[in-house]
Amino acid sequence: MSALADTPTWSDASLRGFLHGLPGVDQVGAQARAAMLASRSIKTTAKQWALDAAISMIDLTTLEGQDTPGKVRALCAKAKRPDPADPSTPMVAAVCVYPDLAQVAATELNGSGVHVASVATAFPSGRAGLDVKLADVKYAVAAGADEVDMVIDRGAFLSGRYQQVFDEITAVKQASDGAHLKVILETGELVTLDNVRRASWLAMLAGADFIKTSTGKVTPAATLPVTLVMLEAVRDFRDAHGRQVGVKAAGGIRTAKDALRYLVLVNETAGEDWLDPRWFRLGASSLLNDLLMQRTKLATGRYSGPDYFTLD
Amino acid sequence: MGKFEYAPAPESRAVVSLRESYGLFIGGEFTPGVDGHAFKTISPATEEVLAEVTEAGPADVDRAVIAARKAYEHTWALMPGTERAKYLFRIARIVQERARELAVLESLDNGKPIRESRDVDIPLVAAHFFYYAGWADKLEHAGFGPAPRPLGVVGQVIPWNFPLLMLAWKIAPALACGNTVVLKPAETTPLTALAFAEICQQADVPPGVVNIVTGAGETGRALVTHPGIDKVAFTGSTEVGKEIARACAHSRQKLTLELGGKAANIVFEDAPIDQAVEGIVNGIFFNQGHVCCAGSRLLVQESVYTEVLAALRRRLETLRLGDPLDKNTDVGAINSAAQLAKIRELSQVGEAEGAQRWSAPCDLPVKGFWFPPTVFTGVSQAHRIAREEIFGPVLSVLTFRTPAEAVEKANNTPYGLSAGIWTDKGSLILWMASRLRAGVVWANTFNKFDPTSPFGGYKESGYGREGGRHGLEAYLDV
Repeated sequence: MSALADTPTWSDASLRGFLHGLPGVDQVGAQARAAMLASRSIKTTAKQWALDAAISMIDLTTLEGQDTPGKVRALCAKAKRPDPADPSTPMVAAVCVYPDLAQVAATELNGSGVHVASVATAFPSGRAGLDVKLADVKYAVAAGADEVDMVIDRGAFLSGRYQQVFDEITAVKQASDGAHLKVILETGELVTLDNVRRASWLAMLAGADFIKTSTGKVTPAATLPVTLVMLEAVRDFRDAHGRQVGVKAAGGIRTAKDALRYLVLVNETAGEDWLDPRWFRLGASSLLNDLLMQRTKLATGRYSGPDYFTLD
Repeated sequence: MGKFEYAPAPESRAVVSLRESYGLFIGGEFTPGVDGHAFKTISPATEEVLAEVTEAGPADVDRAVIAARKAYEHTWALMPGTERAKYLFRIARIVQERARELAVLESLDNGKPIRESRDVDIPLVAAHFFYYAGWADKLEHAGFGPAPRPLGVVGQVIPWNFPLLMLAWKIAPALACGNTVVLKPAETTPLTALAFAEICQQADVPPGVVNIVTGAGETGRALVTHPGIDKVAFTGSTEVGKEIARACAHSRQKLTLELGGKAANIVFEDAPIDQAVEGIVNGIFFNQGHVCCAGSRLLVQESVYTEVLAALRRRLETLRLGDPLDKNTDVGAINSAAQLAKIRELSQVGEAEGAQRWSAPCDLPVKGFWFPPTVFTGVSQAHRIAREEIFGPVLSVLTFRTPAEAVEKANNTPYGLSAGIWTDKGSLILWMASRLRAGVVWANTFNKFDPTSPFGGYKESGYGREGGRHGLEAYLDV
């Protein structure tokens, strides 16, 4: 596997040969494994660690047409200090916005340690010419984004134009000028777990720093079986190539219980090397408050109402 | 210490109220044994004594058979199927209502992880009663003639690996067909059968329809050789099965046997490797390998041998062995000191015969009976660990080159209970399945059970089928 993967030049045919030569994924089996791991019981000290870890892995996200600088500033304040009542609460990993608001976020987060992530490449559909996509990326990076969340061309992938997908990722990587590149597979549009595995490998071969499940604009977004397959892919890719790639599960993760299930999945699939904001992220917005509520419950033994946690 | 250590998450024992001692369940009531003998049942995870249980002697077995005969002749066989179904449905619902209690009790007495007793054993118990309740008034449509008759009084002897589930496999079809039963649970795991006796009381099952006699081998012998028994059903070791077959050969008794196995789990080079590894783990480490249909022989195509073995070892390192009542435990305790000794002995033989032994690194508790998940590589067909049933968490790995060789090796065993095939190629699954001499062939899965699916063996794995429409045949006069 590794000898072929190191081939410097690819073609649609050789990529197809490689990607379709990966072991298949049995959907029923993958779902059963994900369901079994979801039944792990995370209590007391383990829960304490996991809630804080989950908070520190969040890419706090707002990707709406109605976003304004004011909204982004509020989100950045929340990112830096998620729970004003408890300074021991960790910061989130990043704030994720559209490119035109990246500058606002960069200003707000300057020096805080919270990263600025911007979606780009004609997010969420990716239906634009390469020039436009690259301009989008350059704009975001110039505005201060140090993480770029790109989308792959799902149409190209599904019609077997793997080379095109590969080349676009390479070009975006180049255009992002050292910014951390997260490649969104939009697994809800790839549909099969075989496709998820192939797209994961394709993105990693093309130089992705992270592979990300979804834009959050398509249903289903992140699911446990999809994330399981992607975690297997990064694990196997590191074994084959010696390079570690991160995973971001994004979309539809709303409760602390869900977040803990993802951490169990990471722990028992890719392993604890990935249990770090550098290697695993949760793309979410409302999740943060549920994590904070559970955290307070664990510390005080009481549930507080949602009014005790800030909305942004 | 890892980053993310799961804190203990024990299921509460408070749902279970154990009595200090249990009598025999005969004629709808708990009664003391005639000669006053008793034995203790312990938790294999801690060696803690759980309760004292009566050892039924021949006189007790006789009483139970008489009670069953009376119930058969005066109540149960005369009752319309729709009425029998009501009782079975009621039992199924009570099992569901008391599911947590039964799961905890099963894990306490057997040593299996609560995750399995909670998610597999007890739901399947309820499913079996629901399923056969549905047959009780439809027997004339089962394909055994217009008005199939029950056999009479059935003597049933079950093993310790799935105590309540094996009880359900035996009792549900027997009662649905109109028979009455005397059942002997295994001596190391009698508690859920006794809880089931309480459930029969709760469900108002007519006295004598279900009788539970506890005891060891002698009690079982008294039961299966009792002249008042019309049919014997046994699940357990091939050795005891043969003895029962010899005993029954002298009588008019009908007999079904579900015995040992040495199943091949066959992984082809185009298999979905990650799921195949899960299937291998589930095949042999589910229930500590105390499974007659366990995939104890792994046959891997040589071209993916290194890859599969590496993935398997990595996966085994994540298995969590320990307290059966902890909700995160994957591998529980070995059921008894005797079984542990047998597993140790055969593992030593494996090493002595030249196979390479590897065990997942894990700390074994000091008290109780424990054995780490173990893999033997470099195993050949001639080795004893490839031929004899170990009935423990020990996997023997062999290789093959072609599908024909896989079939040959898979079938080259005195047993024939189950087999597994892992490949993405549908036609290969069918080609293999039609050549494997095994009662159950799983494709891209393993150890999946369902009440609608018949289960049983070829060759020394026994005869007769349990489950599904086929399972009715063993309890009808056909």
